[in-house]
Amino acid sequence: MIKAIVVFNNHGKPRLIKFFQHYNEDMQQQIVRETFHLVSKRDENVCNFLEGGSLIGGSDYKIIYRHYATLYFVFCVDSSESELGILDLIQVFVETLDKAFENVCELDLIFHVDKVHYILQELVMGGMVLETNMTEIVTRIEEQSKLEKSEAGLAGAPARVVSAAKNLDLPKLPSNIQLPNLPSFR
Amino acid sequence: MSQLLEKLTMPAPAKLRDLIRQIRSVRTQAEERAVIEKECASIRGMFREEDNTYRCRNVAKLLYIHMLGYPAHFGQLECLKLIASPRFTDKRIGYLGAALLLDERQDVHLLVTNSLKNDLNHNTQFVVGLALGTLGNICSVEMSRDLAGEVEKLLKSSNAYIKKKAALCAVRIIRKVPELMEMFLPATKNLLNEKNHGVLLTAVCLITEMCDKSPDALAHFRKQNKMVPQLVRILKNLIMAGYSPEHDVSGVSDPFLQVRILRLLRLLGKNDSEASEAMNDILAQVATNTETTKNVGNSILYETVLTIMDIKSESGLRVLAVNILGRFLLNNDKNIRYVALNSLLKTVQTDLNAVQRHRSTIVDCLKDPDISIRKRAMELSFALVNSNNVRGMMKELIFFLEKADAIFKVDCTSNICIAADKYAPNKRWHIDTMLKVLSTSGSYVRDDVIAHMISLVSEASSLQAYTVQHLFRAIQEDTTQQPLVQVASWCVGEYGDLLMSGQVEEEEPLQVTEDEVLDTLEKIMNSSGSTAVTKSFTLTAIMKLSTRFTQTIPRIQALMDQFGSSVDMELQQRSVEFGKLFKSYDHMRSGLLERMPPLDAKVGSKGDGEGANTNGETTAVSPPTSPAVKQEEGNALLDLLGGGPSPAPVIPQMEKPAAPPAANNDLLGDLLGLDLTSPAPGPAPIVPGMSAPQPQMDMLGGLMDGVAAQPAGQMSANNLGIPSLTAYEKNGLKIEFSFQRDNSNANVAIITLTATNSTDTPMNEFVFQAAVPKTFQLQLQSPSGSVVPPSNMGVVTQVIKILNPQKAPIRMRIKLTYNYKGTDINDMGEVNSFPAALWQ
Repeated sequence: MIKAIVVFNNHGKPRLIKFFQHYNEDMQQQIVRETFHLVSKRDENVCNFLEGGSLIGGSDYKIIYRHYATLYFVFCVDSSESELGILDLIQVFVETLDKAFENVCELDLIFHVDKVHYILQELVMGGMVLETNMTEIVTRIEEQSKLEKSEAGLAGAPARVVSAAKNLDLPKLPSNIQLPNLPSFR
Repeated sequence: MSQLLEKLTMPAPAKLRDLIRQIRSVRTQAEERAVIEKECASIRGMFREEDNTYRCRNVAKLLYIHMLGYPAHFGQLECLKLIASPRFTDKRIGYLGAALLLDERQDVHLLVTNSLKNDLNHNTQFVVGLALGTLGNICSVEMSRDLAGEVEKLLKSSNAYIKKKAALCAVRIIRKVPELMEMFLPATKNLLNEKNHGVLLTAVCLITEMCDKSPDALAHFRKQNKMVPQLVRILKNLIMAGYSPEHDVSGVSDPFLQVRILRLLRLLGKNDSEASEAMNDILAQVATNTETTKNVGNSILYETVLTIMDIKSESGLRVLAVNILGRFLLNNDKNIRYVALNSLLKTVQTDLNAVQRHRSTIVDCLKDPDISIRKRAMELSFALVNSNNVRGMMKELIFFLEKADAIFKVDCTSNICIAADKYAPNKRWHIDTMLKVLSTSGSYVRDDVIAHMISLVSEASSLQAYTVQHLFRAIQEDTTQQPLVQVASWCVGEYGDLLMSGQVEEEEPLQVTEDEVLDTLEKIMNSSGSTAVTKSFTLTAIMKLSTRFTQTIPRIQALMDQFGSSVDMELQQRSVEFGKLFKSYDHMRSGLLERMPPLDAKVGSKGDGEGANTNGETTAVSPPTSPAVKQEEGNALLDLLGGGPSPAPVIPQMEKPAAPPAANNDLLGDLLGLDLTSPAPGPAPIVPGMSAPQPQMDMLGGLMDGVAAQPAGQMSANNLGIPSLTAYEKNGLKIEFSFQRDNSNANVAIITLTATNSTDTPMNEFVFQAAVPKTFQLQLQSPSGSVVPPSNMGVVTQVIKILNPQKAPIRMRIKLTYNYKGTDINDMGEVNSFPAALWQ
């Protein structure tokens, strides 16, 4: 079973954190830090498996990672997973991201972390591999985005009304009205 | 109206992307914290106002904040509200938030369960998918019980997207609540007939989980469901199928499904020859047909190998499997080498010989720059050590140990010690190996290794000089490795005399003086790097040297005085006790500090043999010492090893000194048998006994911090009337000793022997002989006669004088010969229970 999937950059800044077993927030951050510490020290020409992270799991668990440009993709798995298989899975995950974002880069992950989560949800569920067909995953994601967009047309209306009302030049505008804090519009 | 106004006055919250930009633009951690705190405050405010419009956006921001490691649990309930919303956008972010933020609180789970139940019956497949995904992630016990029915229904759905998610949910449910398994069993029947690979993958996963959890399910799938042929067919289609763009991963058709199926086959074939038989062919096919230039191919091969090893496969297939692993070991890809080592480690128990063939490759992996590979290679190397290759393997492993990372050293040293102990071709090699381990990574060895090494040295009498020289050289150079220093101290203390003697073959003799030895030990005592335990070892060693060395005794005594004021309780106590030994009990010092007998459990037989061998020589190795001494030193050693100052273990030992003496008695018997007439020839051991060494015990009692040795009343010796003693009584012959101190010389004890005969036949040619340890001098005066008259009618008397300059407890071995009714009778006995008043 996959215990956790963590993506962080070369400086250890987390870009995606997904745990399939409950850890409190402090523990999660500690695990990310420890994992970064372990993984970042390693040369490019060593194997992609690491044992002995003290926080997650114990002896039965392994860290399996791949390093792409500025990002580390780290999977923490127990002994019931095939090590080489997980390496392939990471590859599939990254290729899917690439398809979904069209030449994925770190910035995509930063600004669309929710979408990355959705993609991951179609790939891995409850710590187990759900689907490895990239076309299928991307199609499903697109379908769901379409669904969201259609809702935005209808349900987005109230929000638009509010903002429209805000911009109305009402003559009886109360004198104590607080003008929108400009910097927050940035 | 006022509400609307309020709404109007509120600025729209920043978008997620704006927040991210803002966070990215800050320079310091403190600024980031300030930005996030401000944002969190605003989000909280909006949550409080039950704002529906921007809840979705706020939760999304909160999730980003959560990822950065800031607390976000206050968003949990908002997630639940989003889930309950009819909009897909809200639900989506709500479920994502639930998966990321929910902790294990029961009440929240209950709320989620209700929403999940609704959404599992939703008519949009994506909503059902979201609900299933969340259920699969959280899946508490209560949730499993409440929603298992829904999941089972969805498992029979015609929609592949829902079916595959339901299958994985079922896996999670079974994992949490195994008794729910039966509910899902019927549904699995049709899952493997699916075309969709996602469904196949998850179905295999579900069946694997069932087989893993319950032997009944395993049997069910083996027998009734004809699972194996079905899986074989799927696998065959996969490897025979041409290129399909959907499932192709670097030229291999759906490796994930292949791997999963191989894993399930492993479970089904294990311990079942029928099932194994059915899959032999396909395994061979996969093993030979898989493309191995890419990682994917190797991952399938690797899985195949593991399956072949686990099931009852044909021998040819097993050879093929081990050869694949051998090829893996030579692969350029580190990952492949790693899994090869890993799987060889798994198979080493069953196919030892096959693995042995790859030994040299495995040993080469010890030098790999990759730590993960080195670790595996080390484990595997130790698994491969046997009596045939132990020399070569150990050479490599010690070489490895020298360069190994600190985290390996502890494991490596203890494994080397275990292997050396198990397979050592001879003692010399064993000791050499241990010496190398101690000197290369002395700081990393465990305490049991120290004790083990000490007993090893003490057993190998012929190698003691060699060992002590080596160890002494090692601590001359380096005193930082505590375990090394401890072993070395012990050996120097014990065999310090051998250090001087230069009796070592094939070695350049060490030129040291007694002072140099003491310099080194003193340096250890004064070094700030030495632990208290090391210092205790060393102090005891220095004390022992007082009987091994001849010229430096005053210096040793001064050292003892010096540490008598040590701040360390243990050291202080030891040195005060040792100092006392110098001052008040100097005559017993040599006895107390005698060389230790071999420390092994086999001490009885060993001691006997070795003692007997060395008797003929002059004083190369003295025979075992008295149990009291043994106790004292043994106890000191126990203390040292235990690290505690408590002398408690002495009590049980004191109460059973009977076991070791048995051997010693025999030894003395031999000794006396050799040469009875001359008083105590050769090295004279102190014969141990139950009650004789009273003063020693008393003193020990004192030494041991008031542990009562034995009630003093028993010996109640008053100098005036020393009670007499029956030394021998057998077959009617009774010999009594009565005692007297010589008035002219206080060191001479006079024993008057009285022999009586209670039988009705005289005992002719009566001869009494006696022997005492070397520290005494014995004089036997001529007896009053050679015939002991019958029926206690008369007596034979004889006077024995014992010169006892050291005031040591007297022990005596006696031999009797006489002629009774025409037959010669020989008998021997031992007298240990001499009253203490005789020498005090």
